[in-house]
Amino acid sequence: MKRLKALLISWDALLVALLLIGAVIGSVVSPYFLSSYNLENALPSNIMEIAIMALPMTLIIIAGEIDLSVASVLGLASVVLGLLWESGHPMWLAIGVALLVGLVAGCLNGLLVTRLALPSLVVTIGTLALYRGLAYVVLGDKAVSDFPTAFTNLGFGSIPGTQIPWSVLIFAILVVIFGVVLHVSRWGRQIYAMGNNKEAARFSGINVGRVKLILFMLSGVIAALAGVIFTSRFSSARPDNAVGFELTVVTVVLLGGVNIFGGRGSLLGVVLAIFIVGVLENALSLVNISGDIQSLTIGLLLILSVLGPNIARRIQVAIAHRRLAMGSIKQV
Amino acid sequence: MTTTSQDLERTKQRNQLSQARLLGLVNRVRELGLLVVLLLIILIVGIQAPRFLSIDNFEQILLSIAILVIVAVGETLVVLTRNVDLSVGSMVGLTAFVTAYFFKQLPGINLLLGILLGCALGLVLGMINGLIVSFGRVPAIVATLGTLYVYRGLVFVFAANTTSQINASDVPGGYLALATTQILGIPSLILIATVIAVIVGYFLHASPTGRQLYAVGSNPDAATIIGIRRDWLVFAAFAASGLLCGLAGVLWGARFGTVDATNATGLELAVIAAVVVGGVNIFGGSGTILGVVLGAMVLGTLQNALNILNISQFWLQALYGAAILGAVVLDAFITRWLKRYILSRRKKV
Repeated sequence: MKRLKALLISWDALLVALLLIGAVIGSVVSPYFLSSYNLENALPSNIMEIAIMALPMTLIIIAGEIDLSVASVLGLASVVLGLLWESGHPMWLAIGVALLVGLVAGCLNGLLVTRLALPSLVVTIGTLALYRGLAYVVLGDKAVSDFPTAFTNLGFGSIPGTQIPWSVLIFAILVVIFGVVLHVSRWGRQIYAMGNNKEAARFSGINVGRVKLILFMLSGVIAALAGVIFTSRFSSARPDNAVGFELTVVTVVLLGGVNIFGGRGSLLGVVLAIFIVGVLENALSLVNISGDIQSLTIGLLLILSVLGPNIARRIQVAIAHRRLAMGSIKQV
Repeated sequence: MTTTSQDLERTKQRNQLSQARLLGLVNRVRELGLLVVLLLIILIVGIQAPRFLSIDNFEQILLSIAILVIVAVGETLVVLTRNVDLSVGSMVGLTAFVTAYFFKQLPGINLLLGILLGCALGLVLGMINGLIVSFGRVPAIVATLGTLYVYRGLVFVFAANTTSQINASDVPGGYLALATTQILGIPSLILIATVIAVIVGYFLHASPTGRQLYAVGSNPDAATIIGIRRDWLVFAAFAASGLLCGLAGVLWGARFGTVDATNATGLELAVIAAVVVGGVNIFGGSGTILGVVLGAMVLGTLQNALNILNISQFWLQALYGAAILGAVVLDAFITRWLKRYILSRRKKV
């Protein structure tokens, strides 16, 4: 246990170092990187949807499941929002229905996973296609873009007196809530327990099915909320909004030190990883590297974030074996 | 919930023989079920639009799924070992672009050389996946989600440094003929896909290595204990998937002629849909090539039906998603039902 804790602490330390290295590289490659507009506004606003979706994803992966449908839920919620606004409904109603759609989408994921005992990987690959497909069916290849200024200010505007966008405030509030739930509450302990050993968790009286269902519903609502923010930021509701974002969301969670098989990880690590990816994407776009090539580096980062510790552990084990062998020779 | 865990306990008590029998039964029910579904779709659509039933249209359906089948056969090998390869779309995209560019730059070159180049490139990409999963101990879903974006990024880098798009008029006719030639009246694409499906299907069914792939997927630890070299088999499955993607990429370029950096994006969804609908257990250890081919035919027929019935192609992705979900839900029920059936038979005896 002590060793595990040491490993986690060192992983977080490594993330801080990575973040600093990223910032140094960013400031070297572009003079705009350290400008207050870039650091306060452009950098965070670009990553906030991913950051917000990474929070429930952290809980889901620690609980031993995965939700690959988040980006599709984002797209579907965005399209529903746009369609309702276009057909003359008030904005609050459109946002409410969009969030409700997210809740229902997450609920379907959760029910299939818990009630039918299906693997979440397959279920959410299926709903990834289904929800994205529904977004296309609903809106076709159109786009809704004539949103009211009060709404687009949520994405474009910033907190009075600063350049920090509103979405950062939403993210900060959510981080506190998720942090308390995961690391302080009884719920958090239950999530770790079921990620470590589902059967043992069930026998110790945890309602595994219910907790997982709630987690998937939470993931759906939060993805829809990210959809509302995304729509407001680009002032555009399109069925292909945020295609492929699930990769980045999963990447930041795993880079943050969460174990893909569940049971281990912390929210602090994930928050650090969010900013590492944010700095990386920001620095790359400042030197005019296109999004498609940016995702190459994200993909590499994802593989290395798991491969690196594995290789390090192998080397550690090899060294330990060697020492052990040397020790036994000395004893003889 | 309690009934499931009771079922689970009873399942554990059953001997190896009935386990094998259960799997065999599930497979047979699945393949038969798929055939029935396929016939139902053909019947329903055929009544509404008679031209759907023509031989010509049937050939169109087979042509549209030929490349999908080649990739899905490779994916099956990986999924059988309790892994998954999400990078197939990017591997096909990269090899298609590189092969087409090769033929554009060297129009006079021997056709076989280009085909070999594409296959070799696919093999290398698949081997990288295999190395990361088998020897780097990275879970397949993480590794191939990563390489999905790395390989696709490489296509964009390659395109940015060469040309953004290759047109059919840029490549030699011999290359394009690869997809259009007919042998004994059958389009070559369909023939190639059939040959590959038959060879791999026979290999899985009858060869020791094929059976070992099933063993690795149904119980990895047990497979290691009885002396199966698990890491090498998983590595080989990924390498084979890459090789087949390489071949599919070569054929992709020949079939469509015009390729850009985004070609074959999202193909992995259709491939996984075909594999899952075809009855391959996503946790490895069970499934057949025949099932996967039938799965691909169901998807291809559905897509064709959308066309014929003038339903918007926007439905296609939603339909794929629904097909994946429908297949796994159905599987869950069939397995449950068969377990109960076998148990009741055993009680009577």
